Amino acid sequence: MADTKEKSYVEDIDRSVYDIRDEEHDAYRMQEGLTPAIVDQLSKEKNDPVWMQQFRLQSLQIYNEMPLPDWGPSIEGLDIDHIATYVRPNTKMQNDWKNVPQDIKDTFERLGIPKAERKSLAGVGAQYDSELVYHNVRDEVAAEGVVYTDMESALKGEYADMVHKYFMKLVTPHDHKFAALHGAVWSGGSFVYVPKGVHLSIPLQSYFRLNAKGAGQFEHTLIIVDEGASLHFIEGCSAPKYNVANLHAGCVELFVKKNAHLRYSTIENWSKNMYNLNTKRALVEEGGTIEWVSGSFGSHVGCLYPMSILKGDNSRMEFTGVTFAGAGQNLDTGAKVVHAGKNTSSYMNTRSISKSGGISTFRSSVVVEKNASGAKSSVSCQSLMLDSESRSDTIPAMDIRTKDASIGHEAKIGSISDDAVFYLMSRGMSEEDARALIVSGFADNVSKELPLEYAVEMNNLIRLEMKGSIG
Amino acid sequence: MKNASLLEIQGLRVRVEDKEILHGVDLTVGKDETHVLMGPNGTGKSTLGYAITGNPAYEITGGQILFEGEDITALPVNERAHKGIFLSFQNPLEVPGVTLSAFIRSALEQRTGSRLRLWDFKKKLKETMALLHMDESYAERDLNVGFSGGEKKKAEILQMLMLEPKLAILDETDSGLDVDAVRIVSEGVRLFRERTHGSLLIITHSTRILEALHVDAAHVMEEGVIVKNGGADLVDEINENGFQVLQSESEESGENGNG
Repeated sequence: MADTKEKSYVEDIDRSVYDIRDEEHDAYRMQEGLTPAIVDQLSKEKNDPVWMQQFRLQSLQIYNEMPLPDWGPSIEGLDIDHIATYVRPNTKMQNDWKNVPQDIKDTFERLGIPKAERKSLAGVGAQYDSELVYHNVRDEVAAEGVVYTDMESALKGEYADMVHKYFMKLVTPHDHKFAALHGAVWSGGSFVYVPKGVHLSIPLQSYFRLNAKGAGQFEHTLIIVDEGASLHFIEGCSAPKYNVANLHAGCVELFVKKNAHLRYSTIENWSKNMYNLNTKRALVEEGGTIEWVSGSFGSHVGCLYPMSILKGDNSRMEFTGVTFAGAGQNLDTGAKVVHAGKNTSSYMNTRSISKSGGISTFRSSVVVEKNASGAKSSVSCQSLMLDSESRSDTIPAMDIRTKDASIGHEAKIGSISDDAVFYLMSRGMSEEDARALIVSGFADNVSKELPLEYAVEMNNLIRLEMKGSIG
Repeated sequence: MKNASLLEIQGLRVRVEDKEILHGVDLTVGKDETHVLMGPNGTGKSTLGYAITGNPAYEITGGQILFEGEDITALPVNERAHKGIFLSFQNPLEVPGVTLSAFIRSALEQRTGSRLRLWDFKKKLKETMALLHMDESYAERDLNVGFSGGEKKKAEILQMLMLEPKLAILDETDSGLDVDAVRIVSEGVRLFRERTHGSLLIITHSTRILEALHVDAAHVMEEGVIVKNGGADLVDEINENGFQVLQSESEESGENGNG
């Protein structure tokens, strides 16, 4: 463990793997903008069932009627009339890696996707632009009745009724403007169902890659972990950088049933022209647990506040996050929890790092409803500012309606200690390495929660961000 | 000094935030020698240690530092470390995210410029920790995080024994330790001398850590200058009479100088 950690900060990393753009050989690229005709066309292209076709048009109407949020970072640079909402890659979905087209395969190979599958995953999905290009799940996992497929197949196959029952019921199109947009133009994403009592000991992973210039990605992830079951789901995201805005407005709906356990981990490394306006929510039944592990490194503007509704008695949530905002980035992240059941508990532990003029804002929202007796909540947020031009804010909100709640909140803001840099350098480490090590150490609340390969990748990302940060 | 020079400090003046702390220090440490630097609190002993190590917060405004004949006065901290200068910190810092073991291994690799065989490294680390009566579990704990004062000091001596510097400066390594811990640390320091023949500059105002060591030279610092140089007998003298006697002596010599 220690040796691999060490390796992660001694080894050089190559930023170029994230930045390579493939030439676009799309089978289909929807015209830019958003009209009922375009949405209708999208629905036809995707062979939606009738209810979904109507759902999209209703969502579009909500989108058109709803104002933009009047808070958070500016999204002025985003002009939805110039975003291609649907770009279909030139392939059908494959479940054999050999059949994925070479250029797309090369991209994912560079990102280590199929390799990771061979090593330590129970199943992998890979989305390229608007559609999944690959999906596979290990036979022994499938034999236990675990369903892991792309949303399009789920919508039409054996689980069509289940999808209809849950799809955008937790995050409805009325939630906010970008949820409505998602409802209108969503495409791709994964559907997971873990049957009662089934424990997956190794994770499932979906990887989202947006290659097309000026396009949007609107994948929908729907996960249902049935009673007493457990799952670790990992999502990774990346895109090459273009000089026009790209948009990611995904939606994640998680249903954690009685005594079930779900861990949802994300390493987000979108390129720095991305508007990442993502919505994630979990509904947790009695005795269930949701754990979020979240690393936000990329995007130009990010708004991400995973929400947990602790509906059942004795349900609990944990949120562990790190956000790293560098030059030109405004990352507005946080977490929300609603305590509705009795004796529920929530624990948030986040770190934010800002550098070279980056803005990092942490928002937390804790709501304890009036019947939620015995609620416990603890929020801890630490910020590290690496220079005087960067900015870090903490915005906590609490709405407590019981008398017996136990609520804690702690926020700390600091900078890298010169003494610590001197200490590390006095053992021969360069200043750059010393600073990178201190920053990685600051973020180790998250890296400790990630599987090893991802912890290494995260440390590499931190090191990358820290390169050239001296002087 | 009986041996060839390792460290040579000439007329060193050091300033911290506009206040001059060292007003012209001369000090020479030979190869394979143990030197003791004593003096009351707040006279600049630790400042000298930091200046030799290269802490950028300590600005050198005059004089120079030579190491093996080379002027290192302007060299960055890490490059001095590569040349074999080591400081055992008075207050070692806590660094989450790297284990003690990984940290030492990386420092060793930086020093030697080559990868170490994991097996050899682990073996040596384990043996050295046993010498210092350190529980093995500390190797896989984050560097100094949650260590007691005594364990932090032992971890410093562990680093010294593993890195084998040519010059180790021990800044109050014995302070705040109980009798047993001082004995263990002192034994570690003795082994360092015996095995590597690296030189020592021990900053202390007690003498407990010196009991297992052969002292080649002692220096007394007061108010930013070295006021007296001597041998092991100077340590005994201070042990018996304290710095008070020296102070009056130096005042006398000052008066003589004026007259």
